[in-house]
Amino acid sequence: MGLYHSLIEPFVAYGFMRRALAASLALALGCGPIGVLLVLRRMSLMGDAMSHAILPGAAIAFLLAGLSLPAMAFGGLIAGLCVALLAGLVSRATQLKEDASLAGFYLTSLALGVLIVSARGSNVDLLHVLFGTILSVDGPALALVAAISSLTLLTLAVIWRPLIAECFDPGFLRAVGGGGSAYHIIFLALVVLNLVAGFQSLGTLMAVGMMMLPAAAARLWARDVWSMMLVAVAIAFGSGLIGLLASYNFNTASGPSIILTAGLAYLGSIALGGNGGLLPRYFPRPHYHTLPPEPAE
Amino acid sequence: MRFLAALFLLMGTPAEAAPLKVVASFSILGDIVHQIAGDHAEVTVLVGPNGDAHTFDPSPADAAKLAGAALVVSNGLGLDGWLDRLSASAGYAGPRVVASQGTTPRTMVEGENPKPITDPHAWQDARNGLLYALNITAALVKADPANAADYERHMQAYGMTLAMLDKTIREKIAAIPKAKRRVITSHDAFGYFGAAYGVTFLAPEGLSTDQEASAGGVARLIDQIRRENIRAIFIETMADPRLIQTIASETGVEMGGALYSDALSPPGGPAACYLCMFENNVPKLVAAMAKN
Repeated sequence: MGLYHSLIEPFVAYGFMRRALAASLALALGCGPIGVLLVLRRMSLMGDAMSHAILPGAAIAFLLAGLSLPAMAFGGLIAGLCVALLAGLVSRATQLKEDASLAGFYLTSLALGVLIVSARGSNVDLLHVLFGTILSVDGPALALVAAISSLTLLTLAVIWRPLIAECFDPGFLRAVGGGGSAYHIIFLALVVLNLVAGFQSLGTLMAVGMMMLPAAAARLWARDVWSMMLVAVAIAFGSGLIGLLASYNFNTASGPSIILTAGLAYLGSIALGGNGGLLPRYFPRPHYHTLPPEPAE
Repeated sequence: MRFLAALFLLMGTPAEAAPLKVVASFSILGDIVHQIAGDHAEVTVLVGPNGDAHTFDPSPADAAKLAGAALVVSNGLGLDGWLDRLSASAGYAGPRVVASQGTTPRTMVEGENPKPITDPHAWQDARNGLLYALNITAALVKADPANAADYERHMQAYGMTLAMLDKTIREKIAAIPKAKRRVITSHDAFGYFGAAYGVTFLAPEGLSTDQEASAGGVARLIDQIRRENIRAIFIETMADPRLIQTIASETGVEMGGALYSDALSPPGGPAACYLCMFENNVPKLVAAMAKN
């Protein structure tokens, strides 16, 4: 059991491990930045809600086309956007605030999804939809995930300035005549797209973990938005790599292993994070008057 | 007696034509009873097509089915142990026949538990199927002597067919060289089949049906397929069809298709009767082993 045998050989000997690693890199590149924006906009639970909301769309696609990733991704996208837009509309038109209307819609949506899957398929099918497996990512699925993360990065580059302005000072953006809600909707679409990308590899329940945990951890290390995103991508990809190796060496289920690794990174960041973690905050090094610089990692 | 006749008249059904109510624990037994009894019995199956008799959880409706039965057919060998509890709670005190009586039990190792248990899948040997049919015929004759001649006539025909089937299976498998008669399958039900017809069944390493797949497990199975150089792979009950796709493309092996082992398919399916089950399984096994 040398280091090569347990760390390198799995990726040399097995194509499915290489594809899983590539999928985690693609997921990390898309989900990292999106997660950071969600954290900064205080919409961390939004990702969770949306991941449940996409279920009925995926379920209807599953009924029509079976376990086909593109069909389920498309269905999930439609359902997720519907829930997001409906929740927004309701919060404007009624007494309900957005979080409450979103909760209402995503719970209804989740129940509908479970009902649709169990109407035709067995409970086993439902589990396939709820828990993907990154070990079974094939060429087309990988292409889809990579396409989604490329699209995410390109879109973010294009709408970067107004989006950041909308994050920090929506009033300013409105004052200078920017269409704030248009960017909000584009951003929501990106959230849903990235959840859909995580669908095949991690399942609806876990996909959101790849988005939020690295982002929340990154918040505790970096001060700028761009560096926060870099840290989030690095943590997400590192979690994918370590989680896969853990799943290979200790025979643990792959999806939960990856998310748990990200969870450990999050806990470690809470304890040690240079930007507001417990240790630096309550036991600052005496010779620093300002916050310590970012660690090299 | 006159009172009984009057009662039957009142019910509107002549006594002779009322079919014997037989309850069988699972679909394969149900089919054998049906083959022997024909129209004389109304067969109710507790665990229907594609159902799993090992983990069956009887409902009150099943107790009701049992209460009105004239004969109950069970497999025995630990497969349908729940039938005892069900009979007790339904208050059924009528005749029961254990179809596997007289077969030679085998043992099997299940899951991680190294302690061997009795293998209940005796019907996978067609000669045992003959014993099943004989036991069931004897029980039917005892429960309904009026139609004994019909039952025995059906039994003779069915017995001939079963013997023919057994011979055909042997011939088909004999066409495959001994060294090639190796199959990896997630079904743990082929112990009797393997012993009777000389096929080695290996369980897939690293994966089990009730466990979420791990990267290590998938890698072990791929290693096993490469090491044993086996191209006859029948894994379809495993948790995720997408994973099977992965393993297939990784090893260049095509999955052999669906085998029926513990239950029949619904009517119209590929294995709707006991004989059809062999007619479905054997050609698939032979075709897959030929590629080894």
